Amino acid sequence: MIDQRHDTLDHTPRCGDGRAPDPLVPAGWLPMREYGEDEVDFVIVGTGAGGAPLAAKLAEQGFSVIAMDAGAFFRPLEDFASDEMHQRKLYWTDDRLVDGDNPLQLGANNSGKAVGGSTIHFAMVSLRFRPEHFASRSKLGYGVDWPIDWREMWRYYEEVERMLHISGPVRYPWGPKRPRYPLRVHPMNAGAQYLARGAKALGIDWTETPIATLSTPIGKAHPCVYRGFCVTGCSTNAKQSALVTWIPRAIRAGAEIRDLAMVGRIETDASGRATGVHYHRADAWHFQKARHVVAAGYAIETPRLLLNSANAAQPDGLANSSGLVGRNLMVQLNQAAWGEVDKEVRAYKGPPSLAISEHWNYTDAGKDYLGGWTYMSQGPLPAQWARTLARTRGLWGQALVDEMNRANHTVGLKMVGEVLPNEANRVTLADETDQYGLRIPRVTFSYSDNEKRMMRHAVAFMKQSLEATGARDTWDQMDDTCHLGGTARMGRNAATSVVDADGRSWDVPNLWVCDGSVFPTVGGVNPSLTIQALACRTADRIGALARRGEL
Amino acid sequence: MADRYPDYDVLAKWDSPSFNDKTREILHARMKLLPRSKHLGEARVATLARLVQRVTPQPEGRAPANTLALVIAKIDADAGDGFRPAGLPRVRAAWQCALDAINAEAREGHGAAFADISDAQADVLLKALSEGQLHGAAWGNLDARTFWSWRLIPDLVSAHWAHPSLWSAMGFGGPASPRGYLRQQAGYRDPWEAEWEHA
Ligand SMILES: Cc1cc2nc3c(=O)[nH]c(=O)nc-3n(C[C@H](O)[C@H](O)[C@H](O)COP(=O)(O)OP(=O)(O)OC[C@H]3O[C@@H](n4cnc5c(N)ncnc54)[C@H](O)[C@@H]3O)c2cc1C
Ligand code: SF4
Repeated sequence: MIDQRHDTLDHTPRCGDGRAPDPLVPAGWLPMREYGEDEVDFVIVGTGAGGAPLAAKLAEQGFSVIAMDAGAFFRPLEDFASDEMHQRKLYWTDDRLVDGDNPLQLGANNSGKAVGGSTIHFAMVSLRFRPEHFASRSKLGYGVDWPIDWREMWRYYEEVERMLHISGPVRYPWGPKRPRYPLRVHPMNAGAQYLARGAKALGIDWTETPIATLSTPIGKAHPCVYRGFCVTGCSTNAKQSALVTWIPRAIRAGAEIRDLAMVGRIETDASGRATGVHYHRADAWHFQKARHVVAAGYAIETPRLLLNSANAAQPDGLANSSGLVGRNLMVQLNQAAWGEVDKEVRAYKGPPSLAISEHWNYTDAGKDYLGGWTYMSQGPLPAQWARTLARTRGLWGQALVDEMNRANHTVGLKMVGEVLPNEANRVTLADETDQYGLRIPRVTFSYSDNEKRMMRHAVAFMKQSLEATGARDTWDQMDDTCHLGGTARMGRNAATSVVDADGRSWDVPNLWVCDGSVFPTVGGVNPSLTIQALACRTADRIGALARRGEL
Repeated sequence: MADRYPDYDVLAKWDSPSFNDKTREILHARMKLLPRSKHLGEARVATLARLVQRVTPQPEGRAPANTLALVIAKIDADAGDGFRPAGLPRVRAAWQCALDAINAEAREGHGAAFADISDAQADVLLKALSEGQLHGAAWGNLDARTFWSWRLIPDLVSAHWAHPSLWSAMGFGGPASPRGYLRQQAGYRDPWEAEWEHA
């Protein structure tokens, strides 16, 4: 059997009867509070980097919370195989159309579907934004400012770094002072060593990557065993995904998780307030009443849900008086340089990105483009590597097999680069429908000239770094992207943004967004730490508003 | 070209701590999967078999991968990857149309089915396909080049490198849970990793 989306897990929810799976124990369970169909304070749609911390922190403040996810509730120790193909079960593989000049690759590349969201298969790189990137318009002259000051974010970053036991260097080379990372660094793999040697040769700073996998056993979780399958899910639970961190915390605090629950529509009353959600679970549609609805489905499903929830009073989609729902979709540039070295690299070992340089994220001079980028070492698995070689270099047949067989001597560096907001890059609804009868998203994306200039600079620089370490036959991988952002941006007023700094919709006061879609800009680092920090902030703000009677 | 790891076999680790039960279960099921289709019919399966043979050749001196069976399973399940270019139909419909069109191109050019033309003729046809130079009527609205790079290549290649024989040939560590690795530095390996044989 090819284990595609008809895995039995896909049909049988595990949460119910007063319990939820314990993700850290084979066949284990955690007692879970349930709310039935009674009206709850908050229903949260999506349990990833945004939804999971929010569920935990709202429940801890005494709110009644149900968090729903279209995906399954896994116990990695018994459910995860060391296998790229089988682990497809972690990805959002429902139909989506892509177009534009540079159609995006979605699915495995940037979209998870599971309790824990994309953090189940993310690469764990846990970076803080550069402070100026919260105000790139006023400080650097491009993009748009966030409605939040970086100093406030700095405090929330610290909270998330502690919660996830981030392992990182004693001294971080860039940006304002930050506290020590909770756990010591991991030993570097070969790819990281090549990054470090290249950076030294070119005279720039580098460091061990702050990363969300344990370098010490903590509680029921094992430390990282350097098995290298991180982007197909961590079967040892060393990875600090939302599934093994925030979700158990949320359940203990009294939140209910509903797995395999696909929300199709947010309902509103005559006054335009949200009243709850229609969701599909165990082969039937249900309605959950809620005083507040939070969309946390990430930058494609959140706008899709808002657009699919249009009603007579809001015919262009919920919370869309600005016309910006679905617009300003951003990815991050993920171009790479690769080369061959004498020594064996065996890039399949360890977390893929154990060393990093933010030099070009903090340096503005010497660029013919706007924005920042980071680069890190890489460790692709076989099928992904074969697709890369076939796609980038046009290899197939024996030439592909021969090149694959050189993989153990290949070393690479990959960028994470800032894409600027552009209204033409967007999520809309296609006419086709999915297995639930819901209109599917159409995702339109094209690079601007700015991005093309950035990727040219980055790839040339990374190639130089590789060559400085003795790499031969270097080549560029020019067409990859990663990480989504935008499509329900936060801002200071209703005309130019979808939600305010707290994630609250300007149009529908009891509708909130808490995920990567609120990013006004994406900066030059990976987004998950910022998404989680924002979720913690949103939870605090909701508490403060409630105390003032402004909820 | 024979590979550089002739004495290495990922499957030799089957009973070792590198394999957990889940991995054994899914690999066992995968390796015994047979190329049977409910949706394609004999002619299309023959065309697909030839495609698999030319695009993803078997590793020399190792147990053959059942790539064809895996691709058929994907097509039969109509299992998408979560994105497709606007205009490209869903997995099964796209494959059905393309297999017919590739066969029609072979008949048009060589008077024989794609499964029966020579290796050289097949490769020339595939090169033209990859470069978007095939425009026979049988393609209908399907853009051949889009099909090649967004469907054919990822589907074949992902299935091929899902087989342990291909992992062994490239010296990939293979399954690694609960045991991972201790030696990660350049030029080092653990005893349960492949040893490169210098030519
Ligand atoms: C391969 C890969 C590597 C990555 N590496 C890194 C990294 O190293 N560092 C980093 O910072 N970031 C990384 N990321 C990105 C990071 O994982 C995401 O940015 C982050 O998880 C997004 O958080 P989110 O809450 O917005 O969405 P997600 O975490 O994707 O969660 C959204 C959840 O909502 C659910 N959902 C959506 N719509 C509905 C609906 N209608 N009804 C019910 N449920 C719904 C989905 O099933 C999903 O579980 C990586 C991502 C991938 C895919
Ligand atoms: S390398 Fe570490 S984090 Fe990655 S999958 Fe293995 S144990 Fe988990």
